[in-house]
Amino acid sequence: MLNWLGYFERFGQNFVRGAGVTLELTVVGLVIGFVLGLLLALARSYGPKWLQQVAGAYIAVFRGTPLLVQLFIIYYGLPEIGITFSQNMAAYLALGLNSAAYQAEYIRGSINAIGEAQMQAGRSIGLTKWQTIVHVILPQALRLALPSWSNEPVSLLKTTAIVFLIAVQDLMAEGKRAATATFDFVGAYLAVAVVYLVMVFALDFLLKFVERKTKIPGMDFETSR
Amino acid sequence: MPKPILTIKNLTKKYGENIIFQHLDLNVNEGDTIVIIGPSGTGKSTLLRSINLLTRPDEGQIWLDDEEITAKGADEDQVRQHIGMVFQNFLLFNHLTALGNVKLGLSKVKKMSEEAATEKAMQELSRVGLADRAYHYPGQLSGGQQQRVGIARALAMDPRIMLFDEPTSALDPELIGEVLEVMRQLALEGMTMLVVTHEMGFAREVADRIVFMEKGYIVEEGSPDEMFNYPKFPRTREFLWKITELYGSTDKDTN
Amino acid sequence: MDLGQLLSYIASGTVYTVGVTLIALPSGLLIGTLLALLYVYGGKSAARLMNLYSTVFRGIPPLVLLFILFFAVTKGINLSAFWAGSLSLGIVSSAYQMEIVRGALLSVSGDQLMAARSIGLSRLEAIRYVVLPQAVRLAIPPWSNEAAIIIKDSSLVYALGVPEILRRAQLIGASSQRYLLAYMSAAVIYFLLVFVTTRLLALFEKKLTIPSNP
Repeated sequence: MLNWLGYFERFGQNFVRGAGVTLELTVVGLVIGFVLGLLLALARSYGPKWLQQVAGAYIAVFRGTPLLVQLFIIYYGLPEIGITFSQNMAAYLALGLNSAAYQAEYIRGSINAIGEAQMQAGRSIGLTKWQTIVHVILPQALRLALPSWSNEPVSLLKTTAIVFLIAVQDLMAEGKRAATATFDFVGAYLAVAVVYLVMVFALDFLLKFVERKTKIPGMDFETSR
Repeated sequence: MPKPILTIKNLTKKYGENIIFQHLDLNVNEGDTIVIIGPSGTGKSTLLRSINLLTRPDEGQIWLDDEEITAKGADEDQVRQHIGMVFQNFLLFNHLTALGNVKLGLSKVKKMSEEAATEKAMQELSRVGLADRAYHYPGQLSGGQQQRVGIARALAMDPRIMLFDEPTSALDPELIGEVLEVMRQLALEGMTMLVVTHEMGFAREVADRIVFMEKGYIVEEGSPDEMFNYPKFPRTREFLWKITELYGSTDKDTN
Repeated sequence: MDLGQLLSYIASGTVYTVGVTLIALPSGLLIGTLLALLYVYGGKSAARLMNLYSTVFRGIPPLVLLFILFFAVTKGINLSAFWAGSLSLGIVSSAYQMEIVRGALLSVSGDQLMAARSIGLSRLEAIRYVVLPQAVRLAIPPWSNEAAIIIKDSSLVYALGVPEILRRAQLIGASSQRYLLAYMSAAVIYFLLVFVTTRLLALFEKKLTIPSNP
């Protein structure tokens, strides 16, 4: 056991560096995913029929295929038609595009829940459709989505581990480096697992804090975790 | 000489500091229909659930026939075969048909054969007037029908005593009558019954004895005539008067 | 190398993908259900232990867990990459499936348990004949989601050398220098697998639905 703790001593710095990359991947993926996801959700809730179907198809495809395959297509496949990305860029893109599909569903779900009634209320005082969406529906919908949406950052953090397979130097890659240096695969990955666990707990805690702070008094929604 | 089926002595139930009821004594003889009345939240439901040991009392003893069912080592599951319970919210098994609901205890607890269980279950369903709904699921039955299935389910086990926990409180007014009718019939057939209800018409016409409970104590008990016309305690008179106003004093009003 | 050869080579990996899924899902279900029953009905200390299991096994990235389990298993026992990878994936899934079953068990109202006891059923019998049948129906939608996830996560075992769809796409992509086509084909096959599975489960759910008047 003491031997195992030595991992942190020896590779601690590397782990921290790798964790930094992991966090970076998470944040970038989350942001891209949110912006795109919001657009997709709006497209599906308020767009013309054809746009709804396009958005629907996007979501179905990105949720229906493995992230790893999506990543490989972007990194290995696209260069064939002239689009080349660095490892990190490909990772950001894949994570973001994939996350968007899931975030779109969380957001759309709560837009539906806030729904028609609020839209009518907004229009009835003279707001245009888009004004209502921006000033009435979205502020409520996004807060309503927060508990279930909170699954996404945590899920994304865990998912980023995959990108080490295209040689992105994240925490997982540092784990592999440690493993090949010591020939102790189980020990090395166990150490990495602990670091991931710590990050997940921290993120979880942060999210619960944000949830509390942004609660609208009187609207009580169950944390679905 | 009336034979006591249920004897309760010194029964007490607490939840932490909260005393639900204490030092309760009650005797139920064979064939009796006892109606328990009283304001909501005074422990009547908890009392019923203590009798069939779904809740364990903190102090006191209960005898069913000659056996002390609160004794250490008593087989609770065995005991519950002999006490039937009907719930306010029916609590039918949603995944089974009416027939399935009535049959379950027969096949799994009494270990009857498939045919025997089906036959007996159909008998009980006929008894409550629902033989034609045997293959319906709870979701396809009205509240009154569900409750009657609940009664059939309890009856199928051939219990020594039937406990009714506000059986009509969750029903729409038009559906109350069909359930009370089944209960009335049961009482006439000689079933020993302990009923918690607000239905004063039923209490007046069918009960052998009425027990008035408040704040965890039995305030007064007596025959319907005594309780309605010559109550000993002002609180009894007050409560009965109020409740009769709300729920009707004769059968005609509850139908 | 012509298109047909390329496609059929990748498609032949489907057997392995399906195989991994068919081992991982049921083993995850078995373990998950047992643990869920312990969690809900096993008392306080069991619940705490299960909570720990859930938190740890769901807090670590599946890929990391997969690697740990795979290397740990193959160090001790002589298993093929296929079996080690599949069983490891099953253990990963068990934590998520435990939460699904637990949610379903808790959704079946405690009153149903009480009603079952009132006709003399023992606690075990009540759980078996009254709670579980209802819980199963409630569990199907989230379980269908988990099945889709396992099919997709089975692609992770490519890193362990299992010759499933993704691995084959990688190999043939490299040798034919047609990566885009290879990976797109792989994507299509995965999509079909997920699509068919979720459709079938939706049909199954419909079949099990208890009739009621709306």
